[in-house]
Amino acid sequence: MAFESLTDKLQNIFKSLRGKGLLTEADVKTAMKEVKLALLEADVNFKVVKSFVKSVEERAIGSDVMNGLNPGQMVVKIVNEEMISLMGEGAELNFAPGQSTTVIMMCGLNGAGKTTTTAKLALYLKSKGKKSLLAACDVYRPAAVKQLEVNGEAVGSEVFKIEGSKDPVDIARKAVEYAGEKGFNVVLLDTAGRREIDEELMEELKQIKDNVHIDDTILVADATTGQSAVDVAKSFDERIGLDGVILTKLDSDARGGAALSIRAVTDKPIFFVGISEKPDGLEQFYPDRMASRILGMGDVLSLIEKAAQNVDLEESLEMGNRMKKGQFNFNDYLESMRQMNKMGGITSILSMLPGLGGQIPEGAIDEKVLARNEAIIYSMTKAERENPKLLNPQRKFRIAKGSGVDIMYVNRLVKQFAEMQKMMKKMPGMLRGKRGFGGLNLNSLMKNLKF
Amino acid sequence: MGFFKKLKRFFKEYKAIDVDFYDDLEELFVMGDVGIAQSEEFIDELKSTLHKKLIYDADEAMDVLKENVLKVLEADRDGHEYDFEKKKSVILVVGVNGVGKTTTIGKLAAMYKAQGKKVLLAAADTFRAAAIEQLDIWADRVGVEVINGKEGGDPGAVIFDAVKAAKARDVDILICDTAGRLHNKTNLMNELKKLNSIIEAEYPADCKETLVVVDAMTGQNALNQAREFKEATGVTGLVLTKLDGSAKGGIALTIQKELGIPIKYIGVGEGANDIKKFEPKEFVAGIFEGTE
Repeated sequence: MAFESLTDKLQNIFKSLRGKGLLTEADVKTAMKEVKLALLEADVNFKVVKSFVKSVEERAIGSDVMNGLNPGQMVVKIVNEEMISLMGEGAELNFAPGQSTTVIMMCGLNGAGKTTTTAKLALYLKSKGKKSLLAACDVYRPAAVKQLEVNGEAVGSEVFKIEGSKDPVDIARKAVEYAGEKGFNVVLLDTAGRREIDEELMEELKQIKDNVHIDDTILVADATTGQSAVDVAKSFDERIGLDGVILTKLDSDARGGAALSIRAVTDKPIFFVGISEKPDGLEQFYPDRMASRILGMGDVLSLIEKAAQNVDLEESLEMGNRMKKGQFNFNDYLESMRQMNKMGGITSILSMLPGLGGQIPEGAIDEKVLARNEAIIYSMTKAERENPKLLNPQRKFRIAKGSGVDIMYVNRLVKQFAEMQKMMKKMPGMLRGKRGFGGLNLNSLMKNLKF
Repeated sequence: MGFFKKLKRFFKEYKAIDVDFYDDLEELFVMGDVGIAQSEEFIDELKSTLHKKLIYDADEAMDVLKENVLKVLEADRDGHEYDFEKKKSVILVVGVNGVGKTTTIGKLAAMYKAQGKKVLLAAADTFRAAAIEQLDIWADRVGVEVINGKEGGDPGAVIFDAVKAAKARDVDILICDTAGRLHNKTNLMNELKKLNSIIEAEYPADCKETLVVVDAMTGQNALNQAREFKEATGVTGLVLTKLDGSAKGGIALTIQKELGIPIKYIGVGEGANDIKKFEPKEFVAGIFEGTE
């Protein structure tokens, strides 16, 4: 996940601060010098770093901080607050009033991820009850239209194209007309990638904007961009006027300096961040949550929201009850796996937990093992799933054959499952009253990890 | 404005070396995506040389810095770094998403074709929607053959077929496109290792070139990218793309200094001919004197 190295560094710096009962001015200055280096390493814009460090120092030195009860903690708090203010308020897309069609223009440099993001945004809007039309305005890049079509199909959105047309302005205009006739709520214009030094192409975007009423002009920017991230945003804003930004590839180990710099320099909000290659890998951007993720404080809010969106409460409650009685069976196991996958998989869930963020190396949790366990369970009969005690050697042999795995894995799963059941019986107190997140039980989650 | 242009202007403005000189120079390096640690190294090295040689003049300081930069850029070149082009060889092109792999391959194919070589392309990006079509269109444009897989198919099979075809058709240079992948995705990097070993089984080491493509706009992350790809596929060269934008490009210095991967080609535009062999001397001269 992005920000890992920045998070690590900041946590180390803060750890040494927290350890001190009294803070001197020199302590703060040393710490802030390290913060400065960490931010620069993370590609935060040089000027932004300078002013950030200055304002934290000013607040930390000479205030009550150094005499307070826990000065180290206070400094962390100030850094957190300043970081949030750096990223500004969260922002929402502007939608056209009433029944009229909202037109969103996506623009950006080559390779930032416009086409992928366009489809993701359509899926996101769909979940908000809005029907989107994708307009293929990239008439230059080989196979760009095809890519949009494939992505459009994946998210179930219609793609508007004009075969053989080399006129993006015309395509945009006709797409909006078409959307009006067919009752689409939103038109997403996927424009060609361009270098901001390319006058002709920048002019083309202006032309589209002059000829079609655009509600949102969004810059799609790559989170791994270095110091030039703000220059790009600035120059797009100056030429065509931006309403906001979507940052992509935040699932890389990008240091995410762009996320911290763009708002501060251009005053344009970040609407969304791209967090995976999958169609649903788009998240709304919340500055405060991002700040706490960067500072290694986790993002429990987002986790709870995800749970609320995806987890069937009644089912979970019932499962919880069975757990308490030690009646947790393989069906429940499957169900909890299914819910976890709906929330983006176990790795993404864990990365949002405080204290764990940034500390789960990729590959530490083998989602393949989870998939294998699933296959094994699917090869059991209904009775076996409900009552694991039935599993004698013959049955296990049949299951191993059915799921195509070595019998060793079946044995292992059954054994671990039995241990898990025992554990659950032993700690009803821990489970009672604690439904965890929307019924999902964290203890069992953590336990499952060891499979 | 790019980092290197700014550097040129910087030395024009400074006459003598004073207190602000090093600070401003460091700011320039950092703003140019060289990275803070590497920037400090460059500055420290410059500082100590200037002290030793008692240099107080900005012009002379510039010459010293020029030497230092050139030293880094030439460190991993022995004059044989383009030898693979003279043999029947294979080029594996890797990199993260959106850096311009497919476009680079199109340009390389056009260049080799113009040199009279027989070129074959392997479309092993079976993951991204329409990536195969994109390479097909390039192949068509340039007039070279391409071995296609199916979208969602096994990239290993495509590479294997392409290697066989290259031998059967007596191809001079086989260029393999791969799916863009984030270097921190273990599974995808393992897949890449597999592709790499298929090639290594068929081609001797001196006939295999692995190019990692890096977007010149990338910040410090590019160092991780290059490192991981090097580990997975034994990268032998770097292609720096999109150098014509407001890209800073300073990261190339850092990658070479840290990982010893020489820059082999630079992409300077969107046309089929917009690719150039990287010449350190010319490049450095361009930075400091504006001959470019």
